[in-house]
Amino acid sequence: MKKSNIKHYKISCQVNGNKFTGYIDPNLRLIDFLRDVLNLKGTKEGCGEGECGACMVLVNGVSVNSCLVMAFSVDGKSIITIEGVDDIKYGKSLKEGFKRKAAVQCGFCTPGFIISASELLEKNPDATEEDIKKALSGNICRCTGYKKIIEAVEWARKNDK
Amino acid sequence: MSKNKYSFVGRDIERVDADVKLLGKAVYGDDLSFADMLYGVMIRSPYPRARIKSIDISAVEDDKDFVRVITASDILGKNGWPVLDDTYPFLVSDIAEFHSQPVAILVAKNNFKARELAKKVNVVCDKLDFNDDIFESMKDKKNIFSNFVVKKGNALEEIKKCEYVVEKEFHTNYQVHSYLEPQVATGVFSDDGTITVYSSTQCPFYILDAVCAVTGFTANKVRIIQTVTGGGFGGKEDVPALVGAHAALASYITRKPVRICYDRAEDFRAMSKRHPSYSKVVYGADKNGRIKACIVKYILDGGAYSTLSPLVLWRGTIHAAGPYDIDNVLIESYAVKTNKVPCGAFRGFGQPQISFSTESLIDDLAEKIGMDPLDFRLKNILKKNSLTATSQKITESIGLSDLIKTVRKNSNWYNRKNLTPSSPNKKRGLGCSIAYYGVGLGAKGKLLDRAGAYLNVYKDGSVCINIGNTEMGQGAFTVLSQIASEMINCPIKNIRFAEVDTSKVPDSGPTVASRTTLMSGNAIIEAAKPIRKNIFKTAYDMLKLSGGKGIMIASDGLFSMGDKVVKFNDVIKECFNKRMKMSEQGWYVSPDTSFNIENGQGEAYIVYSYAANIADVEIDTETGVIDVKKIYSAFDVGRVVNPSLAMGQAQGGVLQGMSWAVYENLVINDGVMKNPGFTDYIVATSLDMPDYDIEFVEKYYSNGPYKAKGLGELPLIAVSGAVRNAVKNAAGIDITYLPLLPEKNLKLIKLRNNNR
Repeated sequence: MKKSNIKHYKISCQVNGNKFTGYIDPNLRLIDFLRDVLNLKGTKEGCGEGECGACMVLVNGVSVNSCLVMAFSVDGKSIITIEGVDDIKYGKSLKEGFKRKAAVQCGFCTPGFIISASELLEKNPDATEEDIKKALSGNICRCTGYKKIIEAVEWARKNDK
Repeated sequence: MSKNKYSFVGRDIERVDADVKLLGKAVYGDDLSFADMLYGVMIRSPYPRARIKSIDISAVEDDKDFVRVITASDILGKNGWPVLDDTYPFLVSDIAEFHSQPVAILVAKNNFKARELAKKVNVVCDKLDFNDDIFESMKDKKNIFSNFVVKKGNALEEIKKCEYVVEKEFHTNYQVHSYLEPQVATGVFSDDGTITVYSSTQCPFYILDAVCAVTGFTANKVRIIQTVTGGGFGGKEDVPALVGAHAALASYITRKPVRICYDRAEDFRAMSKRHPSYSKVVYGADKNGRIKACIVKYILDGGAYSTLSPLVLWRGTIHAAGPYDIDNVLIESYAVKTNKVPCGAFRGFGQPQISFSTESLIDDLAEKIGMDPLDFRLKNILKKNSLTATSQKITESIGLSDLIKTVRKNSNWYNRKNLTPSSPNKKRGLGCSIAYYGVGLGAKGKLLDRAGAYLNVYKDGSVCINIGNTEMGQGAFTVLSQIASEMINCPIKNIRFAEVDTSKVPDSGPTVASRTTLMSGNAIIEAAKPIRKNIFKTAYDMLKLSGGKGIMIASDGLFSMGDKVVKFNDVIKECFNKRMKMSEQGWYVSPDTSFNIENGQGEAYIVYSYAANIADVEIDTETGVIDVKKIYSAFDVGRVVNPSLAMGQAQGGVLQGMSWAVYENLVINDGVMKNPGFTDYIVATSLDMPDYDIEFVEKYYSNGPYKAKGLGELPLIAVSGAVRNAVKNAAGIDITYLPLLPEKNLKLIKLRNNNR
């Protein structure tokens, strides 16, 4: 085994509005930091290679695949996971839309879709169906056929308070 | 449609598990935590076929996080996974028969390290010759896992008399389930001598059998608990039993909880797939356009072990002539061994492959005769009192002709020649397909076709239900809540489904074959009947006592008589005051059928669901790229218990069928998978989805719960045929393969242009 002297790396960040300051393993991916250090299990690992979008979170308002981001790189940044989306714009209405439009099936991809959609609506409150399809194309859902997810996002766009 | 008289059944009830999933609080397999948990990673065969000599751990044994390696010699019970037969060893003791076959389990203190260490373990082995070709393999009879025959009339003689005959060979490739949650299981050995396995699964009872086999434990000392399951589609039918058995074995040996969670590449390499297929189909029709004979040879590439191949093959065989009324049918089918990953269950279970062939060829036959392909189908389809290929008489619940007319109307079929492509280099066309689907396990699997349910009403009016079938995303817990609510007139929110636990409910068979609404639904109805009697009698007495007049109406969780009303919860309180029995077990066994396996004749399934599709497709004649613009479908699944959830299932199934037909291309060269991940194995995204126009036509089934049949698999089955036929109608090319890869399509387009 290669011996590493740097066992820990100090970071400060905000996760769902809560401040975290502490030492982490520099090998840790963001998804591992969220799931294993902070016990936020709502972020899911579907592929580990940034293709499926199940692990998407917002870092400073931008959606990223947390399996491709190293945890130390979020030092000084603000992170939103599915557990914290109620506090961001469109978060609650997206959840309501997903429920009303039956856009949740197995649910494993759902947190990632909600993160992607919240980023889209924040940037483009007038998003068309085509915009939504494009914005969600980095998220794979194998259950729904996407239609109901798109309807859910449209519902949230129209009904956000 | 007539007015719905039910409060819960047939209504758009919101998913009962939506909230917890939307909060990110649903506990999937890898979300569970246990103190001192260890992590297992499989050590796998590096070659498609190899004699394993030893496992060299010298590079890892001194690592502080390394715990141990478990090999075949550590197995306490029997080293054979019980899945129809038990030839597939839990861990290879001698010869590995496919690349990535499990050879050993490396156990370490953390997941990350376990994977790192596993890479350094050396499997010492001799590389052996392997066979990856079904035709080569079939030359040796012992490589045929199973074969079936369906023989009705005399197809070989009758085909000679036919005015019109078409004959073609077809090939289809693998399909990977691509559920979003990879395989995961946690084994927890307890000092009291029991083992609990937490698993992402469709079939907890298969895992129970496997854990008992590998550990030698009796069933009463093993519990399998299903965790929230992130998709299945058949991929969590058999394989979780292997994963669960490995986790259980590792836990028993280490005396610690052990988690095994596949990464995506491992999931691709090691878990089951839709079988690649070869088929040769011949149809013959008389001069009036009546199909007189059908001859099919159907071969599935089973991979290295038999596993579920015989059952998959049987379902495919039974349905291989298509949903047509044909007097003379001869079907021969084979599942064949090759040194590749074993194939198994996938939504449709052996039907989609042969449906692609037959629906393609039926279209070609209509063209040859000069008939409209829908009219040709309408003339030849199964109707009430028709005999299927197995000579089973269709006695009720058949909507096929209505379905065809529905999609014909919705797609504006007669205007199809006037559809304009989106650019001059593109061609656009419509194509159709139809399907039928035998609900449940059928004559070949009927010993497993039973289900139990336990329904317990608490004195506060809340209700807990245990069933043996699973929620995996399809909406079973919601639909079954509706059935339970309807039975006892209980508000939906009062009902909770407990996680499926093999110690709490009798073996209810697998959650497959679109059987859960039917089987568990009927089991719940059986359990609810005596409770309903108690509740309704008590409510009646309460209303009478309070001066109610007239008949009692039970609706939406309320009981009323004239102007008097009592609530469900108050009735329950009174039931408890009267010391009534408010918990019951229900048991449902599917109706018995008679079937002769020798000639494939008899009642194959208890009832059939039906589908019709029309695809609107564009093909770029310069690139060969196919764009499926819209799919019109109509389904007869009996009563639709929850229209909104059913629509979601249908849309998802249609897209899975389309994705298989157009995009999904798993490549295995020399026995090694080349694209084990979503980077190179393409599944449809939101940008690839077609528009959907889907309708349900409800033809009630008398033995179904509230007259429902089954839905899950049907929407996928025939989509590929509709897409292929649309491409044929658009560009005049004759496709006989799946997936419809652009480069292959382009070759056909060039060939056609050269022949002009």
